[in-house]
Amino acid sequence: MASLTTEHTPAQVIAHARAVRQARNLVVSVVLAVIVFAIFCVSLSLGDFKIPVIDVVKTLFGGGDKATEFIVNRLRLPRALTGILVGLALGMSGAIFQSVARNPLASPDIIGVTYGASAFAVFAIVTLGLTGTAVSGLAIVGALLTAFTMYLLAWRRGVSSYRLILVGIGIGAIATSLTSYLLTKARVEVAQQALIWLTGSLNGRDWSHVRSLAFTLVVLAPVIVLLVHRLRILQLGDETAYGLGLRVERSRLGLIVIAVLLAAVATAAAGPVGFVAFVAPPIARWLTRSPGPAMLASGLMGALVVALSDLVAQHALGETQLPVGVVTGVIGAPYLMFLLARTNRIGSGG
Amino acid sequence: MEAEVEDSLSAENLAVGYDQREIIHDLSVRIPTGRITVIVGANACGKSTLLKTLARLLKPSRGTVLLDGKSIQSIPTRTVATKLGLLPQSPTAPEGITVADLVGRGRYPRQGWIRQWTKGDDEAIADAMRSTDVLEIADRPIDELSGGQRQRVWIAMALAQETDILLLDEPTTFLDLTHQFEVLDLLVDLNKRDQRTIVLVLHDLNQACRFGDHLIAMKDGAIVAEGDPRLVITEEVVQDVFGLAVKVIPDPVAGTPMVVPIGRHTTRTDQVTPENAPESTAAKALAASAAASGICRPTDR
Repeated sequence: MASLTTEHTPAQVIAHARAVRQARNLVVSVVLAVIVFAIFCVSLSLGDFKIPVIDVVKTLFGGGDKATEFIVNRLRLPRALTGILVGLALGMSGAIFQSVARNPLASPDIIGVTYGASAFAVFAIVTLGLTGTAVSGLAIVGALLTAFTMYLLAWRRGVSSYRLILVGIGIGAIATSLTSYLLTKARVEVAQQALIWLTGSLNGRDWSHVRSLAFTLVVLAPVIVLLVHRLRILQLGDETAYGLGLRVERSRLGLIVIAVLLAAVATAAAGPVGFVAFVAPPIARWLTRSPGPAMLASGLMGALVVALSDLVAQHALGETQLPVGVVTGVIGAPYLMFLLARTNRIGSGG
Repeated sequence: MEAEVEDSLSAENLAVGYDQREIIHDLSVRIPTGRITVIVGANACGKSTLLKTLARLLKPSRGTVLLDGKSIQSIPTRTVATKLGLLPQSPTAPEGITVADLVGRGRYPRQGWIRQWTKGDDEAIADAMRSTDVLEIADRPIDELSGGQRQRVWIAMALAQETDILLLDEPTTFLDLTHQFEVLDLLVDLNKRDQRTIVLVLHDLNQACRFGDHLIAMKDGAIVAEGDPRLVITEEVVQDVFGLAVKVIPDPVAGTPMVVPIGRHTTRTDQVTPENAPESTAAKALAASAAASGICRPTDR
């Protein structure tokens, strides 16, 4: 065999290659975090009463005057934080789904999970006349129930990813038609309220949303760290994963539960903000050159997409404020078409 | 390294099937330790099923697979993975994964809850990559490699597990002739160097005879014959197992049995090879061998 680098042993070369991969991941994550923080500060500074970004940063670290503190911490912070946490949750949820299914089409908003949540939320708004937390609660129940049904229907001596996606799309279609049915039965004002929820909006989010999202993320974080290690093995195909001593079904179920919970709390807080879970992970993987799920980078990318979209939705069109879901949809839909076109050309599942 | 007791693998009264369809009915087998065992048989005869059952991928409905004399189902799967490595027929690699990264994942059963890389891990990875000759392409993405290189990388991943037993399901299926021999030669190296027990499913009978120390011929989920290739591969056994009329002559290169299929349309090529008078020149025999491997290779996967 030809000599490698003369001054390093092969083992050192291996260790070095791994260090380079990890370093790239870290750098991308830090850069994304900085960008997210910058957008976050800008979105806090804009509004009816403009505050210089410097003052925003000062206020965030506890050094602002009373007036700015009130505007930043009371009025704008909950919305901005909700946006970022929703993005984090959706980005990670999408990363898990896409890696488990080994398919870039598998994200909670393409397969049925978010549609299930929507159907339940619309049912809560239209039929039960509920608002606020109750709607969020039912949305979570809807997401979990949908995922559970999906998993059961896809089960046949274990769950194959392809079947999971197809069943998911089918259930999504059922949930969507159910939602449409409920909307046609509703009174116009109620239907409008439901429609705003359905586009995904960060309007009027308060600390209760931030708390429930933050709580879920903090509780799930250690589980995610544990399971991502297994996700890397699961990516090699079921048989290889078995061969490496992974309890495949149990790990997959665990990962799906986590991903559904993440998508569910995000949807409950802001409605089905479309395409975030779908576009964020591929961009993160591309930036990190990572073959794995790139969880942290995907989450941060999700936060970036939501924060930036909300900034555009609030301020780009002057007085007219759009729901954030409209903007994410504008970004996401072309990517979906690109992906479908490419998949069609290659003639494979991605 | 050689001091430890080698792990042994056997099966007793196995019955295995999918859903209602039972494929293996009552099969007992003992895999010879430190040798290369090749499982052969026609399509759908249950050879992959047997391999998967030995690798605990399939749970037998009756009977047990014994690893070191204990039921493999009763041993924690991660512990099994430190004794027995597996290369499935079509493993999938995530897009863009590099060679070193993929081989490194073979360390999973030897790492804790959260992976922490030790010097030992790196050395095992480097060692696996050196013996499969893929060190130089450590940083290349898998997608860019040739089929033969890719298969060597997957074997390296299984080697990084540092197991005494290695099971491979049709490792040569998607490779051209050169790469098939490259992979099989590599397996012999691994067997000779570390006395690894290797079990593989092969379609090509001539390759099975040449590379296997021990042959298991299967038909309809049962073992028809097993043992030294010279004893197992006879015209009668091949006729029985594959339903194909053949001539068995000594391989002009290795002296192991070589199967030359007769086929139904032999008359069509009358002018090329006279039917009942095989001229035993090496060139003719090699051509026949190539034809045989062409016939034996599956086309339906």
